[in-house]
Amino acid sequence: MSEYTKPLPKPSPTSRPFWEAAKRHELMLQHCESCRAFIYYPRDLCPYCMSDHLEWERMSGRGKVYSYTVVRRASTRSFADAPYVLAIVELDEGVRMTTDIVAAPEAVKVGMPVAVYFDDVTPEHTLVKFKPA
Amino acid sequence: MSLKNKAAIVGLAELKPWKEAPPDITPLKLMSRLTVEAIADSGLEKKDIDGFLVGMPFADPGMLYPASACEVLGINARMLNQVDIGGASPAGMVWRAAAAINAGLCNAVLCIVADLNKLGDQRVPVVSVQREFEAPYGNIGANCGYAMVAHRHMYEYGTKPEQMAKIAVDQRANALKNPLATFNDKPLTIEDVLSSRMIVDPLHIYEIVSPCSGGSAVIVASPELAKRSKNPPAWLLGAGEFSNHASITYAPSLTDSPVKPAADLAFKMAGVERRHIDLVCPYDCYTITVLVTLEDAGFCKKGQGGSFVMEHDLTYAGDFPCNTHGGQLSFGQPGLGGGMSHVTEATRQLMGRGEARQVKDAKLAYVNGNGGIMSEQVSLILERRS
Repeated sequence: MSEYTKPLPKPSPTSRPFWEAAKRHELMLQHCESCRAFIYYPRDLCPYCMSDHLEWERMSGRGKVYSYTVVRRASTRSFADAPYVLAIVELDEGVRMTTDIVAAPEAVKVGMPVAVYFDDVTPEHTLVKFKPA
Repeated sequence: MSLKNKAAIVGLAELKPWKEAPPDITPLKLMSRLTVEAIADSGLEKKDIDGFLVGMPFADPGMLYPASACEVLGINARMLNQVDIGGASPAGMVWRAAAAINAGLCNAVLCIVADLNKLGDQRVPVVSVQREFEAPYGNIGANCGYAMVAHRHMYEYGTKPEQMAKIAVDQRANALKNPLATFNDKPLTIEDVLSSRMIVDPLHIYEIVSPCSGGSAVIVASPELAKRSKNPPAWLLGAGEFSNHASITYAPSLTDSPVKPAADLAFKMAGVERRHIDLVCPYDCYTITVLVTLEDAGFCKKGQGGSFVMEHDLTYAGDFPCNTHGGQLSFGQPGLGGGMSHVTEATRQLMGRGEARQVKDAKLAYVNGNGGIMSEQVSLILERRS
C-alpha cells in the first residue's frame, strides 16, 4: 500500500474532540447552548453570540450538496490524482462543511442528498467525507 | 466623517507582466523601478512621498517588510504599513492612504506591489484553520472556491456557462488595445472559452487568471499636492470595505457577497448613482467574480448578472465599459499587481490616458478589489473633475 501524501489535519486542543469522534466514525459538532447554533469548524467561542457554553453533539450525518466542483487539475502535486469532487455540504442541522463527495463526478449535483462517509486515510487519521444517500 | 474629495491619485506606474519570473529580477528591484516611474509620472518629488503602503511579495516574504522596502527605496515615511487583504489590498491601500492624509498624518502615499511568479507547488494554506479543515479535502488555492460559487449561482439563478464566458470575451477585446496586456494577440469567442480545457467545473482555463510576474504603483496625494501634479487628479469620492468570511464554505451565502455592503458604503459616501458611472473595473480573478460583483455592486439585480453581461457591450466602446485594460484574465495576474491593475486602469481612463481604448468622456469610475474567495471586498469611486 502506498504512503498517504496528501495534507493531514493537525488537531488543536479545540478541535481534538471532532477528529477523535471521526476516528470512531461519529460526526460530532459543537452546539451553542446560548443561541442554539451548530458550529463548524470547532471554536472556543460561538461565532454568532460569543458564548463559550459549547457542547459536543452527535449529528445525523445527513445533508445536501450546497455546491461542488470537480477538480480536474489540482493546484498542488499532492492532489495530482485528480479528478476529485470537492464540495460544501449543508448538514440537516443547518451547518456547512468543506468535504469531498466520494462518487463519480457526473453523479454529483447541487442539492442532492448525501450521507457521511468516514474515510480512514491513515491508521491515525479519518477524514469526514460524504457519499450520495 | 467621509473621505470624499480628501485625496486623489496623481500618478501611476505599471510594468508589462512577464509570464515567468526573469532570472535577474527581485521584487525590490521592480519596486525601485516603479517608485521612480510613479514619482516622475505624478510630477511630485521624492521628498514629497511621506507615506508607504506595500503588499508583501510571495517571492520575498518576511516580517517588517514595509520598513525594509522603505530603506531600500530611500523613503522616510510618516505612515508605513503592509496591507494584507489579498487581491483587495491595492484598492484597500487607496482609501487607507486617503484616510491617513485626511487625518493630517502624511501628504503623499506611495501604494506599491510587485511579485514574481515563483509559486510552484507551494499553494498550501498557511493559516492553521485552513490547513486543518480545508487542505485535507483538496480545497487548496482559489480555483475550487470560485468554481463552487459558480455552481451555486447556476443552481440558484440559472446562470449559464456562455454568460460567464462572455465576460472573458469582451475583456479580451479590450486587451487587444492594451500594449501592457499579457494576452493581447488574438480575440476570443464564447465558443473558444467553452471549448477550452475544464480546470474546475464549471470554470474553463480562459475563465481563470494566469499568474505572472510584475508590479505597479500609484501615488495618492493631498488636495494641496494634487494641484502640483502634472496629471488631472483622479479624486477619491467614496470607499467601502467589508469581509464576512475567509473560507467560502463559512460565508453566509455563496452568491450574496460582501461586495454589497462595501459598494453601498462607497456609493453613499460619493453621493452618486450607479447610472452615473462611466466605467467599471471589478476584480476578475475568474469570470464568475465579475458577474457576482456587478450584481452585488448594484449594477443589475441579484441573479440577473448573466443576462446583464449578454445584453451589454463590456468593451471600451460599449454601453457598459468593464475592465477596459482586459481585466486580469487578459492582462495577467502579477501577484497583487493584478488587483492594482483595476486601480491603474480606472485612473488612466479618468486622466484621459486610455489611448486606443479610451472611454469617451470618462468622468466617474467604479473599482472593486476582491481578496480570497469573495472574502475581503473594497469598493472605490473615483472622479475626474471637469
